Amino acid sequence: MSTTETQAVPAGTWAVDKVHSSVGFSVAYMAGTFTGTFGDFDAAVTDGRLRGSAKVASVQVKDPNLEAHLQSPEFFDAERHPELTFESSSIERDGDEVKIDGEITIQGHTEPVQIMGQISDPIADPYGGDRFGLKLEAVIARDGFGMSWNNPLPSGEPALSNEVTITADLQLSKQG
Amino acid sequence: MRVLGISGSLRRDSHNTALLRHAGELFEAEGAEFTIYDGLRELPIYDEDLDVEDPHDAVARIRAAVREADAVLFATPEYNSSIPGGLKNAVDWLSRPSLAESALRSKPVAVIGASTGAFGAVWAQAELRKVLGASGARVVEGEVAVGHAMDRFDEDRRLSDESLESQVRDVTRALLAETQPQQPVQLAA
Repeated sequence: MSTTETQAVPAGTWAVDKVHSSVGFSVAYMAGTFTGTFGDFDAAVTDGRLRGSAKVASVQVKDPNLEAHLQSPEFFDAERHPELTFESSSIERDGDEVKIDGEITIQGHTEPVQIMGQISDPIADPYGGDRFGLKLEAVIARDGFGMSWNNPLPSGEPALSNEVTITADLQLSKQG
Repeated sequence: MRVLGISGSLRRDSHNTALLRHAGELFEAEGAEFTIYDGLRELPIYDEDLDVEDPHDAVARIRAAVREADAVLFATPEYNSSIPGGLKNAVDWLSRPSLAESALRSKPVAVIGASTGAFGAVWAQAELRKVLGASGARVVEGEVAVGHAMDRFDEDRRLSDESLESQVRDVTRALLAETQPQQPVQLAA
């Protein structure tokens, strides 16, 4: 653990408050943006390292048929790869801004990723504990994770962007 | 290991059915059981009003046959640059009433094809792969395009071209490999 890491996020173990946090994705689709969330996820900061995961089967969009398609082998392949995971290798902080380098694994493919975001300092919560916040965003190229499905528009351009933004809005509660 | 073959051509002397039979020999050589499904012509045209809890016997039968198979090999001809309507109708019945209940969900499938033209139904094969992927199937890479099909089978209706046979063998092996249990990725501790 480097000195930078210990200064970047609070020391000790912090577990995600799942009720007051969210993990999701957004991707440009046709003339707008398509978004989804993962209902079942986990995250923790331990000794300056961030780890997170989300259950693919908990993907939530506004159509059950589309949820099933997202879980199929054309996308996340829930049967063989039930989770997507992230683990940080370094966290740098400058004021309220954080830059987190690490590796993300989706559909069995692991790729380096850089996450940008904001951090808040720990506050005392009404339940006698301490918590801090991380609001994170990373852009990945989905074809690097075996997800190259598309549908051409009449213009011949692809309907679905290859770039996907993964977002995590986390409240982390002090443990122990 | 049970593999089901589905031919998009219904006629008795179909090149695609002959191609499936040849693939069946290759599956059996690998120790798998192989059956060709013969009920496509009994299926009604897909109608959501008919897609009820106790559907038409032909529908129940094909759904059960696909569910019970470990993998499915499709052989398709090319009609009007695409797949035959009867084959698409079968996939529609298999994939509905919802993708979550699709008989093809996560099912390893592969596609081969034969045509009397020069290109061996390559467009139809590409279309069928797209349709199967959208139906939730695990589509195995690999293509066998038997062009000029009337000249590619011997008197016993077996493929007479060793290169094509080798391509079919590659697809059968790739399909069988997909049926092997895979270790799900575990969350890092």
